[in-house]
Amino acid sequence: MSNVVMCLFASGGLDKAALGLAGAARRLADATGGQVRAILMGTGAEAVAPEAARVADAVTVVEQEYQPEICLNALTQLCREMAPSAVLFSNDTYSQEIVPRLAHRLGGAAVGDGVELRPQDGKLSVVRQVYGAKAQAVIELKRTPAVIWLRGRSFEPAQPRAAAGEITRAALAIDANVATKIVERKTDDSGQVRLEDARIIVGGGRGIGGKDLFETQLKPLADVLGAQMGATRAACDSGWVPATWQIGLTGKKVAPELYVAVAMSGSSQHMAGVSDAKAIVGINTDAEAPIFNNCRYGIVGDFRQVVPLLKEKLAALKK
Amino acid sequence: MKILVCLKQIIDPELPARDFKVNAAKKEAERGPANLVTDVFCENALETALQFRERAGGDTKISVIAFGPQSAEDTLYKAIAMKADSATIVLNDGNANPDSLTIARVLAAAARKMGGFDVVMVGREAGDWGAAQVGGLLAEELGAACINFADRVDLDGGKLRVNRQTDWGTEVLEAQTPLVLTVTNDEHNLPRIPKVRDTMMARRTPLTKWKIEDLGIDAAEVRAGNSYYEVTELFIPKKEAHCEFAPGSSIEEKVEAFAKQVAELAGVV
Repeated sequence: MSNVVMCLFASGGLDKAALGLAGAARRLADATGGQVRAILMGTGAEAVAPEAARVADAVTVVEQEYQPEICLNALTQLCREMAPSAVLFSNDTYSQEIVPRLAHRLGGAAVGDGVELRPQDGKLSVVRQVYGAKAQAVIELKRTPAVIWLRGRSFEPAQPRAAAGEITRAALAIDANVATKIVERKTDDSGQVRLEDARIIVGGGRGIGGKDLFETQLKPLADVLGAQMGATRAACDSGWVPATWQIGLTGKKVAPELYVAVAMSGSSQHMAGVSDAKAIVGINTDAEAPIFNNCRYGIVGDFRQVVPLLKEKLAALKK
Repeated sequence: MKILVCLKQIIDPELPARDFKVNAAKKEAERGPANLVTDVFCENALETALQFRERAGGDTKISVIAFGPQSAEDTLYKAIAMKADSATIVLNDGNANPDSLTIARVLAAAARKMGGFDVVMVGREAGDWGAAQVGGLLAEELGAACINFADRVDLDGGKLRVNRQTDWGTEVLEAQTPLVLTVTNDEHNLPRIPKVRDTMMARRTPLTKWKIEDLGIDAAEVRAGNSYYEVTELFIPKKEAHCEFAPGSSIEEKVEAFAKQVAELAGVV
C-alpha cells in the first residue's frame, strides 16, 4: 500500500489545475492501493482545507507564507513522515521551484510538466512534451518517491466525495533564519481575468511590430469579443507587453473556447500553451505559416487591414 | 564575486516542426539540417551575469562551463566572445542525454574542482529536453540556496537582490551566497551579439578540458546517465491539420466570412 501526497500552494480555492491534480492523485493512489494525503501550504491554506478535504482522504494545513527555503524544509519534513510513493504538484511557479529540490532531499526522482501518469509493475512513468513540444517522451523514474509537477488541466478532475477527509494542522519547527527571503511581491494587474481562466483570448506575435499596435489594434478587437490578451515570447522579449502575457511552453497554459492568433508564426513552443483551446483561428500574411496547421479557420492578410474590419463586423453582428 | 554560468549546446529549436524528426531507437532528435546553438535560456543566464558584473563593478569573475560533446566548445568560444573570463568543457563521451541528476553531479564536481563559486547560474530549462531540474538539483549538490525564474541580480549593500518572474507578476528576493539561479527570458536580458573581432579572438583562448574521470565521481554511473530517470520512448504524436481559409477576392469579402466564423466560435452571436 503506497500513499500519494498532493501538495498545493493554495489561495482562493481549488482551480481547474488543482482539481486535475487531485484527480491524478486519486487515480494513482487507487492503482497502488493507497490513500491521498493533501498538504496545503500558504496564507489562506486554512480556508481551502474544507474543499480539499472533499477530494483527499486527509488534509494537512501549513499556514506559512511561501518562502522557498522554509517551504522546502517543511515539505521535506512532512514527506519524510508520510513516506509516500509519489508526491504530486500543480504547475504554478512555486511548485516548479520546489519539485527537483524536494526529490533530491527525499532521495527520489523528479519530473516536470507531466501530462499523463503510467503506473506499471511498481514503477511509475510520466509522459511529457519535449523538443519545444514537437515530440513526446515517456520518462521512467528510477528512484522513490516520485516527485512530479503536473499540467493539472490535462487530467480528469477529481469528483468531490460526500465524506470529507480529516483536517489537521502541522506542528512544524520552522527556522526563519534562511538564505533567501522574498521581500517584495508585485502583481501585474493588466488583465482582469487570469489567462488560464479566460474564455476567449486574442494573442499577438512578432508580426504585430510594436507596443502601440497591441493597444490600438488588438485591444479593441479583444474588447468587442470580451477577450483577454496574450502574446508570444517574441512580443514579450521585445518589451511590447508584460512578461505575464506570455503563452507557451515556458509561459501560461490556457484553455479558452476560442484563441485568435494574430501575426504570429505559430511556433511549437507557443502552441504548446494553447493546445487545450477548443478552437483556434489565425490571421497572417503568409498562407504557409505554421500557425495555420493549428487553426480551424484562417484568413491570409495583413492584420492592420483585417483587425479593424473584423472588429467592425463583429460589433455589427452583436447588435 | 565568482560566478559560474552553465551552458548547454542543443539542436536549434527554431527548426520548424515540419522538418523535425526523431530517431525512435536512439531516443533522440535527428539533427538534420539544423545548426547546433547555445540554448537560449543559458544565453539569458550569461547575459544576466554580464549585466550584473557591469553594474556591480569590483572584481567579478565569470567562468562558463559546458558538459557535452566536443562540439560544445563552440558554445564556450561564443561565451568568451561575449566577455566571459574563462571556460571549461567536461567532455561527455557517454549517454548523449544523461538525466538531470547526472548533469547536476558533473557540474557540481567541476565547480568544486574550480574552487567553488558565490553564484552559479543556469537557464531555467533547455530548449531540447526541457527537464528544468538541473538548477534545483545543482543547488542541492552544492548545499546552496536556489531561486528560479530570475531575470536580474544586483549587489545591494553586500547582499544579493534577485528579481524573478512568477505566474502573476514579479518578486524580489534578498539572498546569501552560495546561490544557484535559474534564469528566464525578459526584454532586458536578451543575449548580446558579440563583435566579429571578439568572436575571432575568442578562438585563441585556451579552454580547460576535463574528462569525466578528472572529477572524482563515479564515471560509469555518469556515462550511463540513467539512475535518476530514463527515457523509454520518444515519438512525434500524429496531428491532423484542417484549416479552412476565408474565401473572397478582396479583404472585405474575406473578413466578412471570417467574422461570421469568429462570432459563432466566440458565442457572441
